[in-house]
Amino acid sequence: MKLFLQSIFTAYLIHLSVFAFAENSSTDEIAKYRELLADGNPAELWEMRGEELWKKKVAPKGASLEQCDLGKGPGVVKGAYVELPRYFKDVNKVMDLEQRLIQCRKTLQGLTHEQATKAHYGSAGNPSDIEALVAYISAESRGMKMAVSTKHPLEKEAYEVGKKFFFYRAGSHDFSCATCHSVDKQRIRLQELPNLLNKEDAQKSYTTWPAYRVSQGEVRTMQHRLTDCMRQQRLPEPIYASDTVTALIMFLAKGAEGGVYDAPALKR
Amino acid sequence: MMPQRLNDKGVLMKKVFIAIMACIAITGCTTAAVETDYGKTMLNLLKSEFTSKGPATVERMLNQDEVQKICSEYPVERTEEMTTRILESQMKSVKFPADGQYLGDWKKGEQIAQNGRGMQSSDPVGGVNGGNCYACHNITKSEISYGNIGPSLYNYAKLRGASDEVIKYTWAKIYNPQAYTDCSSMPRFGHSGILDEQQIKDVMALLLDPASPVNE
Repeated sequence: MKLFLQSIFTAYLIHLSVFAFAENSSTDEIAKYRELLADGNPAELWEMRGEELWKKKVAPKGASLEQCDLGKGPGVVKGAYVELPRYFKDVNKVMDLEQRLIQCRKTLQGLTHEQATKAHYGSAGNPSDIEALVAYISAESRGMKMAVSTKHPLEKEAYEVGKKFFFYRAGSHDFSCATCHSVDKQRIRLQELPNLLNKEDAQKSYTTWPAYRVSQGEVRTMQHRLTDCMRQQRLPEPIYASDTVTALIMFLAKGAEGGVYDAPALKR
Repeated sequence: MMPQRLNDKGVLMKKVFIAIMACIAITGCTTAAVETDYGKTMLNLLKSEFTSKGPATVERMLNQDEVQKICSEYPVERTEEMTTRILESQMKSVKFPADGQYLGDWKKGEQIAQNGRGMQSSDPVGGVNGGNCYACHNITKSEISYGNIGPSLYNYAKLRGASDEVIKYTWAKIYNPQAYTDCSSMPRFGHSGILDEQQIKDVMALLLDPASPVNE
């Protein structure tokens, strides 16, 4: 499946370079390619595996994740993702989905932090439980509106810290998130860049993550997406499931408020 | 008249002072103070959650220079004083080539413009950096995969000529774009050590050499 999709994609790129059409039409063509594949999104396989993992009893405690409280009460998966990140009283902390899953795997299933975060980014032959769980849980919010709260002081703090980070220029290239994502209709090469300060763009971007990435053959989560942005920004690497990234997710999720959630999606 | 005026001023100052004190006492009012706290919280997170990897170091992320600090705090609008401070200090940072030779090999310049590698945590330490000019600029007719964050550079010298003035301006612009535009999105290729002198010469040739496809 993965190889097949990648070969279609490669063929498509060749097609793009052979027909040196004007810039607008080439981005249109990429959009067409996405539509072409949207009907059969391999992310569904991750969703199915995620559901199994959610219900599977895991040693040492022999418990499933079905009593995990994602914010709407123990075991409530439906609509949980569009309200994350959020403040969790039991840990007195704001957590995004990935941080919360790690927490549940540790407390409910008795895993160590290392076990709970093992293979957090999957690769061929080494699938990620977290990516599968995130695919399942996020899909259960499909069609719902983004509704993250910033009412709790720690939620407000996460939002403000995320906003600070969004504008923080640093490193060898002086890049911040805002360098590429604060103006309408900008592109790097042919890749369109969403203006994350523009509500419509912010909604469209946020509501389509996580996503199956054809170029990587895996479902990638928001933590992964933003960490990879930081790599391209020439920043050092955050630890997995960091509060910095969660704060940034909070800022972006709030900016996407009201957007109809439609993921896991399919991306290049 | 004079004593009266001074007196008025004194009363006014006193009133302002009282107002400020009251404000601080009652509401802890300045939003600037609150924002600084969020900034501090963020820096503490960066300190504890990031690790240096390859050429991308925690030190470089944390130790913003004055320009990065101002541009982070005031990304959209700055006071005239801030703008002047940036333009002047950054102009001083520009090192022109010691041998007076500004133009290298445009073919090498094209490779540098195409190359997006370098300084990422996934890159090797001490590797050769690219300029990645096409990421943001239209440069030659044959490369249709170009970005639009920066202006088109196609026909650069055809449109501007290649006088000493244009050459020196172009050098300084590549070396440190903030010498002309405060908080420009463009990296400070020379100042920040992304490209070396010879590489900048090659990129200069891509833009200014009459034989370069940029000026076809």
